[in-house]
Amino acid sequence: AKSSRSNTVRQGKLRLQKWYTATAERDKKKMVRELMQVVLARKPKMCSFLEWRDLKIVYKRYASLYFCCAVEEQDNELITLEVIHRFVELLDKYFGSVCELDIIFNFEKAYFILDEFLMGGEIQDTSKKSVLKAIEQADLLQEVCDVHLGLL
Amino acid sequence: MPAVSKGDGMRGLAVFISDIRNCKSKEAEIKRINKELANIRSKFKGDKALDGYSKKKYVCKLLFIFLLGHDIDFGHMEAVNLLSSNKYTEKQIGYLFISVLVNSNSELIRLINNGIKNDLSSRNPTFMCLALHCIANVGSREMAEAFAGEIPRILVAGDTMDSVKQSAALCLLRLYKTSPDLVLMGEWTSRVVHLLNDQHMGVVTAAISLITCLSQKNPDEFKTCVSLAVSRLSRIVSSASTDLQDYTYYFVPAPWLSCKLLRLLQCYPPPEDGAVKGRLVECLETILNKAQEPPKSKKVQHSNAKNAILFEAIALIIHYDSEPNLLVRACNQLGQFLQHRETNLRYLALESMCTLASSEFSHEAVKTHIETVINALKTERDVSVRQRAADLLYAMCDRSNAKQIVAEMLSYLETADYSIREEMVLKVAILAEKYAVDYSWYVDTILNLIRIAGDYVSEEVWYRVIQIVINRDDVQGYAAKTVFEALQAPACHENMVKVGGYILGEFGNLIAGDPRSSPLVQFNLLHSKFHLCSVPTRALLLSAYIKFINLFPETKSTIQEVLRSDSQIRNSDVELQQRAVEYLKLSSIASTDVLATVLEEMPPFPERESSILAKLKKKKGPGAVSSTEQEDGKREGGELNGGGERGADSTIAASNASTPSPSADLLGLRSSGPVSAAPPSAGSLLVDVFSEAGPAAPAAAVNDDGFLSSAPPSVVSEDPAPPMPQSDELLHKFVCKSNGVLFENQLLQIGVKSEYRQNLGRMYLFYGNKTSVQFVSFSTSVTYTGELQSHIHELSLNVQTKPVEPLVEGGAQVQQVINIECLTDFSDAPLLNIKFRYGGALQNLTLKLPVTVNKFFQPTEMVSHDFFQRWKQLSQPQQEAQKIFKASHGMDKEVLKGKRIMENFVCAGVIQTKAQQVGCLLRLEPNAQAQMYRLTLRSSKDTVSKRLCDLLAEQF
Repeated sequence: AKSSRSNTVRQGKLRLQKWYTATAERDKKKMVRELMQVVLARKPKMCSFLEWRDLKIVYKRYASLYFCCAVEEQDNELITLEVIHRFVELLDKYFGSVCELDIIFNFEKAYFILDEFLMGGEIQDTSKKSVLKAIEQADLLQEVCDVHLGLL
Repeated sequence: MPAVSKGDGMRGLAVFISDIRNCKSKEAEIKRINKELANIRSKFKGDKALDGYSKKKYVCKLLFIFLLGHDIDFGHMEAVNLLSSNKYTEKQIGYLFISVLVNSNSELIRLINNGIKNDLSSRNPTFMCLALHCIANVGSREMAEAFAGEIPRILVAGDTMDSVKQSAALCLLRLYKTSPDLVLMGEWTSRVVHLLNDQHMGVVTAAISLITCLSQKNPDEFKTCVSLAVSRLSRIVSSASTDLQDYTYYFVPAPWLSCKLLRLLQCYPPPEDGAVKGRLVECLETILNKAQEPPKSKKVQHSNAKNAILFEAIALIIHYDSEPNLLVRACNQLGQFLQHRETNLRYLALESMCTLASSEFSHEAVKTHIETVINALKTERDVSVRQRAADLLYAMCDRSNAKQIVAEMLSYLETADYSIREEMVLKVAILAEKYAVDYSWYVDTILNLIRIAGDYVSEEVWYRVIQIVINRDDVQGYAAKTVFEALQAPACHENMVKVGGYILGEFGNLIAGDPRSSPLVQFNLLHSKFHLCSVPTRALLLSAYIKFINLFPETKSTIQEVLRSDSQIRNSDVELQQRAVEYLKLSSIASTDVLATVLEEMPPFPERESSILAKLKKKKGPGAVSSTEQEDGKREGGELNGGGERGADSTIAASNASTPSPSADLLGLRSSGPVSAAPPSAGSLLVDVFSEAGPAAPAAAVNDDGFLSSAPPSVVSEDPAPPMPQSDELLHKFVCKSNGVLFENQLLQIGVKSEYRQNLGRMYLFYGNKTSVQFVSFSTSVTYTGELQSHIHELSLNVQTKPVEPLVEGGAQVQQVINIECLTDFSDAPLLNIKFRYGGALQNLTLKLPVTVNKFFQPTEMVSHDFFQRWKQLSQPQQEAQKIFKASHGMDKEVLKGKRIMENFVCAGVIQTKAQQVGCLLRLEPNAQAQMYRLTLRSSKDTVSKRLCDLLAEQF
């Protein structure tokens, strides 16, 4: 899946965005606005895919959050849907029943998890264990550093 | 895992985020942010050096502000400092900031690159991964220049950790996408391909994305991946749901990897190795079988993952388009999904079936689902699903079901969403034209379209109906009657008035016998709409009125009265006023004969591609036409003839009316006038092909009369020599070339320059005397041989040569112009005989004039579905010619590159001859392994297929 970007939206507020193609800042804002309108207008039970510009949008709603990926024409929609789900699972596992506030206050962690899972829009590893292990290791390093700092 | 402590130590950040969240209004939020920005700026600028922790905190705050949608124009330097830190947490935040905020800022990139370089060589896998992520996120050219050489080494090195390998593979992919010229796989190719065999599934998952992208661009170098991919796939497909441990997702073994493997295989034609192919077919069958098994879990994730693989497998089956059994099974499976309760599956099934519909093996199977699809169009609640249903109906339409499908689409149009109406209108119009058996049905359909969705009927659609009515005299009476009836409605759409005005103006006489539609009744009916119409429509109606005066002299006084009224003759719109004035004058002073000539019925429009189809393509974007066809069409067209733009429509203009903007203009058909009326346009050799003096032949023209008689008799009486042995080879050189050296020996060089348009061609021959002695009695003649001669009454080519000067000085060059008109298709080239005396000795040589039937080829754009439909229609054995031959020039990389369906090039075009137009379809299937091609030509004329096949087979 070459998601040119994925993001997380709530009631018109963007919580997390990641772009995998070089895009000018102004265009990004415009696209985000446009995309929010399109996605928020969708009713439940509608299908999770829609054509948008020359891309396909795959989205799914979790509680109050919408997770959206914009993928290319030939990409597989269903597997993209599961990319979203796997990301949500990772957040959930890491934060322990993730809620929107976790993503707001720990946005940098959410980014690290996303980066560990996807890179350049492609899946780096699909194993939950591998991704979380990488994050844990990083956290461990962080603590070591912090202790180190404390000693100074 | 327990919840981690949040925001580790960055209390300031958490407080700031809370503050923002507590803001009651947008203004308050902006105020708070500005305060914070000012604070951070002063901290960064202050003389007191910040410690790493504070820097990290402030950079994080900036990041947060940025994510709220505010612009951030500082902090980059601090971020770069952070990423060069040796503390992991600082480094990580530094990289994150750069990744999110920097696209490519060359100043900064150099500094960032330094940090990255250090981390890449640190041998600390976590640092290396961070650095690779940063490269992938920014992906700029500077970064590619700095690291594209290093990363492949990291990727294939034996001691690289798995996690680093994964990052390296995807990082390289990103660089390849942005700067393919900098990423040279070369020596690494085979080791990268063998990553498909890696024990670590994560490495395979990451590497396959890279391999797929590289294979698309360099299929030959990576083709060994096919067998590796098949065996990997086979192992996954046959494994039990628990075998792959963490790579099993909701009881589905490695769904992501499976999808990617199936996608990789779509870069290649079916495997040639029987064993590999057998194994793959087995995999595909297993995947299809699994779809029928009861689900192992009720969770939607299970079915999504399973079906993701299934759809990818079906995409591969469609891509191969060679296994009828699998295609039909795929179609049946999709048929089941059409009625599935999951909207997503219905959507995807409709979408996927669209491509199945264009395969000749499954077209019929798709058609059996017509009722379900029609039902979907009527009952689906989601517009995007309905849209897919409409697309599928369009794709499955053929002669057998066109009436039903068009009727359903029309009835859907009445309630269709505004967003898709215009496209629906175009589709209905195209189908109605394409599958019209009787044209009265076609006319009814288009008028219905205007009635139901007049606002969405674009100009192209109503132009087209008029073109067709004008070109087919069997439908003109019916069309006149039908528009007359349609105009009876008290409120009818303006487009209806336009069509009505035009058609009654041309063919109103065909229904004038009935007193209920007498000329005056017709006129009054049209004129009753006049005042409600816009200016362009009124202008069209005025032209219709003047045509009425010609058709029905009894309406003359009524119409003149109307034209004379102040609202016309003094209309504030200059166009209307001019028409009224000129038409009034024309009708009063011109004799009946003159009037009849000026206002003659419109001549038939030249047949060409429907403008509606072009419009649909434009609307749908380039994706609607497969890139293969488009590119090949262009290539073929560009090289086989020098097609130029069509001339303007002066004939139509003259035949219609004498105003500066005649009604032909209203129809916007500028681009389709007969080519013979083309006005001279700069730079075209072909402007006046058959006029007397060509631009470069004045000398020849002067000598025209006296030439034959003044030539020495001995030369003329000399029989032309038989064609030289190499003349065939020389001819083949020019099949795809219009300029070049045709022949050369020690004495003489003959150059050719040629240009073709439609069925006309002009060729310039340049005879160069290579010696220092003059040639005397220089003469040339063009003769026909073989079938050309035997059908003397039915000449295939009309070739006119202009004589050349009988003296060619040493070192000089003379030029000869040859005009060629293709009357019917032909196989043999005309012979060019050249005689001259060089130092007393007679030189007599005969060559083949490089004129081949493909020169009169005009490319046609066609969507793949249409192509295969027409392909099927030309299925009689004598319509096809096929050759299998060895590639004589090797397989050209440039040609193969970038093609999604590499094993199948197609192109379509029309051979233009005076007698008829012969539609041709071509399919070229290269087999890269065997270096062989299979070339298949189908056309409506057996001789054309055969000849084209022979000619083109020599070209690869």
